[in-house]
Amino acid sequence: MSGLTYETVSRIAQQGGLIYFGLLFLAGCAFALLPSKKAEFQHAARMPLDDEELS
Amino acid sequence: MSLWKHHAKFERHSLLLVVGILLVVSVGGLIEIAPLFWLQSTIEKVDGMRPYTPLELAGRDVYVKEGCYVCHSQMVRPLRDEVERYGHYSLAAESMYDHPFQWGSKRTGPDLARVGGKYSDTWHRDHLIDPRSVVPESVMPPYKFLAEKELDYSDIVDRLKTQRTVGVPYTDAQIANAKKDLEAQADPFSTDAVGLRERYDAKVVNRDFDGNPNKITEMDALVAYLQMLGTLVDFKTYKPQSPENQR
Amino acid sequence: MSAPSLTSSGPPAGSKVLLIISVLGAFLAVLGAGLTHDTIFRLQAGTFAIAAIIAGFVLSSGLAGGKLQDHPDQYSDNIIKAGVIATMFWAAAGLLAGVVIAAQLSWPNLLFFPEAGWTNFGRLRPLHTSAVIFAFGGNALIATSFWVVQRTCKARLAGGITPWFVFWGYQLFIVLAATGYLMGATQGKEYAEPVWYTDIWLTIVWVAYLLVFLGTIWKRKEPHIYVANWFYLAFIVTIALLHLVNNAAVPVGWLNHRSYGAMSGVQDALTQWWYGHNAVGFFLTAGFLAMMYYFVPKRVERPVYSYRLSIVHFWALIFIYIWAGPHHLHYTALPQWAQTLGMTFSIMLWMPSWGGMINGLMTLSGAWDKLRTDPVVRMMVVAIAFYGMATFEGPVMSIRAVNALSHYTDWTIGHVHSGALGWNGFITFGAIYCMVPWLWKKKAMYSNKLIEWHFWIATTGILLYIAAMWVSGIMEGLMWREYTPQGFLAYSFIETVSAKHIENVIRTIGGLMFLTGALIMIVNIWKTITSPELDLAAAELTDDTSATPATANA
Repeated sequence: MSGLTYETVSRIAQQGGLIYFGLLFLAGCAFALLPSKKAEFQHAARMPLDDEELS
Repeated sequence: MSLWKHHAKFERHSLLLVVGILLVVSVGGLIEIAPLFWLQSTIEKVDGMRPYTPLELAGRDVYVKEGCYVCHSQMVRPLRDEVERYGHYSLAAESMYDHPFQWGSKRTGPDLARVGGKYSDTWHRDHLIDPRSVVPESVMPPYKFLAEKELDYSDIVDRLKTQRTVGVPYTDAQIANAKKDLEAQADPFSTDAVGLRERYDAKVVNRDFDGNPNKITEMDALVAYLQMLGTLVDFKTYKPQSPENQR
Repeated sequence: MSAPSLTSSGPPAGSKVLLIISVLGAFLAVLGAGLTHDTIFRLQAGTFAIAAIIAGFVLSSGLAGGKLQDHPDQYSDNIIKAGVIATMFWAAAGLLAGVVIAAQLSWPNLLFFPEAGWTNFGRLRPLHTSAVIFAFGGNALIATSFWVVQRTCKARLAGGITPWFVFWGYQLFIVLAATGYLMGATQGKEYAEPVWYTDIWLTIVWVAYLLVFLGTIWKRKEPHIYVANWFYLAFIVTIALLHLVNNAAVPVGWLNHRSYGAMSGVQDALTQWWYGHNAVGFFLTAGFLAMMYYFVPKRVERPVYSYRLSIVHFWALIFIYIWAGPHHLHYTALPQWAQTLGMTFSIMLWMPSWGGMINGLMTLSGAWDKLRTDPVVRMMVVAIAFYGMATFEGPVMSIRAVNALSHYTDWTIGHVHSGALGWNGFITFGAIYCMVPWLWKKKAMYSNKLIEWHFWIATTGILLYIAAMWVSGIMEGLMWREYTPQGFLAYSFIETVSAKHIENVIRTIGGLMFLTGALIMIVNIWKTITSPELDLAAAELTDDTSATPATANA
């Protein structure tokens, strides 16, 4: 525990966090921009506008 | 394709979403908060910190109850004007026994981190009863009722015990004598005050904080708390530049 | 109006269990009230007992008289009606409390009573913040989430009687918290003031809420979960996590209202602001973005501008928000690496926030004329604009150098209110203006003119409020650090207090105007509900069973 200095912690937190976030962001973009998802998302976007009655 | 199969698939979608949300939001908290609990450098090593005496603790509970923290901070920042106005900037060590912390977020009134000893007990009493009698432009509400309300300290032993459960190092003797110590600190002529000082700190003063010798009021407790705020740490022995105090 | 549904199938699932729980709860609460030596605990247990007895009475008479009927073929709309009414009630109460405490700061000898502690700013301010955030905002979120999740999943709310337990349980939480503050029961942590037993009660209600919401999603007829539900889900799940961690505490006794938090000092501070900032991020942002993602497209009759953007900014937003808490603790005794981290992520947060703003605004593309013709659309667009402004101001204020000036000042108060009044208030009002005619089967709101009045009075009020707070905040920040040429501090603290008097008065007026707008809205809603000439003609309804809003539909 005492081996962890201020520098180590700040490096893990700041650089590690940045890398982790970058990867997550790319994954999110990839998911959102996947061509195979296009139809699903177009359909989804219209969900609030569709008929409201409970059948 | 049974109905159950459909159902299971739908459940997987939504649970994946829940798990994804939990994973994504946990990371930040873990990386930021967790190190504070075991990193040696989070809290400085200082001389003078001690748990609150029973009367001070009861006063702190009054401070919390009345919501003083919504207008008064207890955190002097290391900025030139603040250090000149309020005193030495606050150290993490100074609130190490504060459950809850009362750093505050707003200064509708001035910072109170180092208010201890700056004014007399009488000033505090007059000011709390009617703030505008001593500070005409003040917008603080009056706390006259505190001077009339007897302090309920029937559960003071339990309060100290609970404080120990959450990590404040109260000794067995301090807990056993909590009631006696509380009464001793509010009585200027108490013979038990010697024991109180032995158990806590030679600097603890026993006096009639609210000027009313007939009863121990919430005012007694609150003023006792205010008068010790920021006075514990011995800054003559604190070396801000030494490596163990670098954060 | 009260023709029973053709397919009613007995009382809602769980009614009897809830009745037993109510009786048990009443018994335990009476026992607690009798055994305790703590006056506050006794009064709060008594409040709980009364609530449980009323619940037991209503449930048993409903079950015995056969009035409590389930209608599996319909959406659960009565609970949303109740939610709309509760939302507006708490809006009036919370805004009124805000006006009162603003007046107390403006005229310190008014509205203070030296003998009555409960009238003091210190106790009323938590009442105001909890009433507007948790009571008004929380009820708005629960009501709209119940509307949205049913419509986008094409499924009735899950859980039988449970949604009603969530609704009334949440109101009980608010009453316990609010009356507790007035008596002096508080944990002393901002926006997390409710004491330990109130926290436990909220946890129970919240888990039930999560299960109702998830259960409804599980019943959905389409594989895709609409993005608004993602935001609601993130809000529900994350608030549960924040609530549990930040409120970890040990009670002084099982019959004592007092407790001490598990954490102290610097750790407590960071945990508190991790909680506090994410109450903003997940309660006041994610939840209300969910509202935006349903009600804006619905009202302008266009799909959301970019569904893909909504997904990207969803994940980015919830990831980044959680880190931003330390910006509340700049220059404090919090280690500097944590402060820097908080500042970095706060600035990054600007991007996903504006992603949401752009997506909301651009949904109107091709329908901009509605801004002129429909005051409800205008209200929602102004809400999004305030969201954009507040989420730009926030990152600026999180920069350490700016924060050195802005922290502890009225600037923060102004910032919060541009978000709370402008964004949360207006998007909620917009959603409710949409829902009231839908819920009560009316052609439209009673008066468009009154909506116009509401819009303009409230908007002017917000602008007065935040402009006054900018001026007073920056002024006092500069005065605190002002030096004379001789190198002394130029102003005593009290001089900075008296310098703010006129701004305090303007702020009070601004708040009063916002309250007035809400009261106008209440009148308008009342007139809409009670005007039979606004009823949709029966012929317009395709389905008979949907025309029974007045049945005891649980």
